[in-house]
Amino acid sequence: MEVAVFIVSAVVVLSGALGVLLARNPVHAALFLVQTLFGVAVLFVLLDATFLAAVQVMVYAGAIVILFLFVIMLLGVDRADDLGIEPIAGQRPLAAVVGMSLAGLLATVLLVAVDGLTGAPAGTPIGDAGDNTRRLGEALFTDMVFAVELTAILLTVAVVGAVALARRLSGPMQPLPVVAIAEVDDDPDEATGDDS
Amino acid sequence: MIAALTTPYVAWWALVPLITFAVAGFLLLTVASLVRRLPAVLAPAWTAVAGLGVLLYLVPMWSRVGRDGADSFLAGTVGVDRSSIFVTGILAVAVIAAALISRDYLPREDLPGVELYVLLLMSAAGGVVMASANDLIVLFLGLEILSIAVYVLAALHLRRIESQEAALKYFLLGAFSSAFLLYGIALVYGATGSTNMVRISAFLAQNVLVDDAMLLAGLGLLLVGLGFKVAVVPFHAWTPDVYQGAPTPVVAWMAAGVKAAGFAALMRVFVLTLGTYVSDWRPAFQVIAAATVLAGAVVAVVQTDVKRMLAYSSIVHAGFILVGLQAATDRGNSSVLAYLAVYAFLTVGSFAVVTVVSGTGDASHGLDAYRGMGRRHPALAGVFTVLLLGQAGIPFTGGFVVKLGVLAAAVDGGAYWLAGVAMLAAAVAAFVYLRLLVAMYLEEVPSGTETSGAVPLGALVVAVASAVIVLVVGLVPGPLLDLARDAVPVLVAG
Repeated sequence: MEVAVFIVSAVVVLSGALGVLLARNPVHAALFLVQTLFGVAVLFVLLDATFLAAVQVMVYAGAIVILFLFVIMLLGVDRADDLGIEPIAGQRPLAAVVGMSLAGLLATVLLVAVDGLTGAPAGTPIGDAGDNTRRLGEALFTDMVFAVELTAILLTVAVVGAVALARRLSGPMQPLPVVAIAEVDDDPDEATGDDS
Repeated sequence: MIAALTTPYVAWWALVPLITFAVAGFLLLTVASLVRRLPAVLAPAWTAVAGLGVLLYLVPMWSRVGRDGADSFLAGTVGVDRSSIFVTGILAVAVIAAALISRDYLPREDLPGVELYVLLLMSAAGGVVMASANDLIVLFLGLEILSIAVYVLAALHLRRIESQEAALKYFLLGAFSSAFLLYGIALVYGATGSTNMVRISAFLAQNVLVDDAMLLAGLGLLLVGLGFKVAVVPFHAWTPDVYQGAPTPVVAWMAAGVKAAGFAALMRVFVLTLGTYVSDWRPAFQVIAAATVLAGAVVAVVQTDVKRMLAYSSIVHAGFILVGLQAATDRGNSSVLAYLAVYAFLTVGSFAVVTVVSGTGDASHGLDAYRGMGRRHPALAGVFTVLLLGQAGIPFTGGFVVKLGVLAAAVDGGAYWLAGVAMLAAAVAAFVYLRLLVAMYLEEVPSGTETSGAVPLGALVVAVASAVIVLVVGLVPGPLLDLARDAVPVLVAG
């Protein structure tokens, strides 16, 4: 039973992840992301982490993907980027090689460590599913209290940053760098990053 | 039925630097949003006073840790030892310097002037967390606080498109590196059953893993994530573009503060936590260190933009620090800390001079702007000369003393080839600094750039103070080396 649920949800997660990468329309990609996040929520239930499963559905599949959709809609779905331009020659084959080797490395880890994935057992047993929320809350206010407090600073930084960057200044802007203006007519690809 | 919750013990005295930076940031933010017309000098003065307060507080903290030994608290997620105090000191110095440089920079560029200081203070708080983290999750949070603030800081020159471009590049690559770091933390957790550094090192000391592939993969991913923050080859590609585009006072903080916090984290994670696996990670560190010093030095030579030159030179410095770090000995650690301290002064001083020379618009960073500086600004040119000679590692400057320290640590550990490569790279990199000196003293002033305005006070103070300290450390290296030797990092259980 558990194996069957795992296999089904793993297929859901992986096909959703592939969909995010392969979908041409950004809205479709965001919806595939919902599929992946739901699959992960099922995996959490399988591990008796019911609270995390609920949070996963509400926060990720609910709130965050909706925000993604808002942004995509605001920017306009119909504006398609031309992916045919190669800013750096040969980067795609190179990226494929590097990506495959990283995937190979991680797959090797999984295959080699088939007997004992974890060296040490987790500190305390997680307990039954009903106990979950209480234990999580206790952990957040005892062992992890410093990390929880730190997120306050992190969120403040994010808000200050967003406000500071969204600001419009009165007064003149700096002219575009000379390099970019001079070369933009004939060769737009080399207009960035180079000095001289 | 509600069981009483026993909350963990908190050593408040050890949290004062973190709280000072964070609360100073929050207060400044609140006051600035309530008071309509804030005197322009308030924000930089406030930031510098916060940094100074932390610096002064570190003195009693240092002696207390010396007396009572290192401590760990908040359920073992934070530790305080002399190395974290030392790094906090470097961060405080970098905050003070960046605030002083920004004081004249923001009005010159006609930019609004509070967010930079708020983000600077919060970023410093993140750095303090990284320097004293005893838990990988806390370390990650500290890193994110530090980095997200710096991403925004890099974009804060709202009138220059390059500034936004730099921030976007930094943000995208930084987000990827954070993902690598998190993946690494997850794999290390999977292999050892804990994210607490003390428990990880204890577990690895007591058990021999039959299957350690997962731990090794996690270790590699951690190296990628942290290597990006300190900009070592091959994770350095963002550095020149970001340094070139970001506002120059921010670059001073990025080069001095972010690097110090990043190396403190590398030291805690690899040397302390994963010390039992040193024979596995040392070869990787050595190859990266050699590639970093060589690539940084060679590419620096062909640059024509001074900010890019200094960016590549900061990559070379990162390589040198790694040469000391890979030794994984007390001597190596103290040489790393001493290098970080001197490097912080060298770099904030240099970028203070660059800020002044860049002129309104923060745009003239070509060698042309430095031609004939010896005649136009003799004092500034003299200070810059000392700082450049220090960066090159010329004897009688602090740069020489600390370079010697890391090389000695490498030779001590038997890495002769690495020490040789590093010396070769230092010789190549010296050419870069000499080229700048030649431009300042021997080349004629190009016609039409005859602008010799007054040098702003804040930047001048930073540049002169850094040059004096670099010279003093070069002539009397004893006190700094003693401090760094006493600042041995340790992990203790709470």
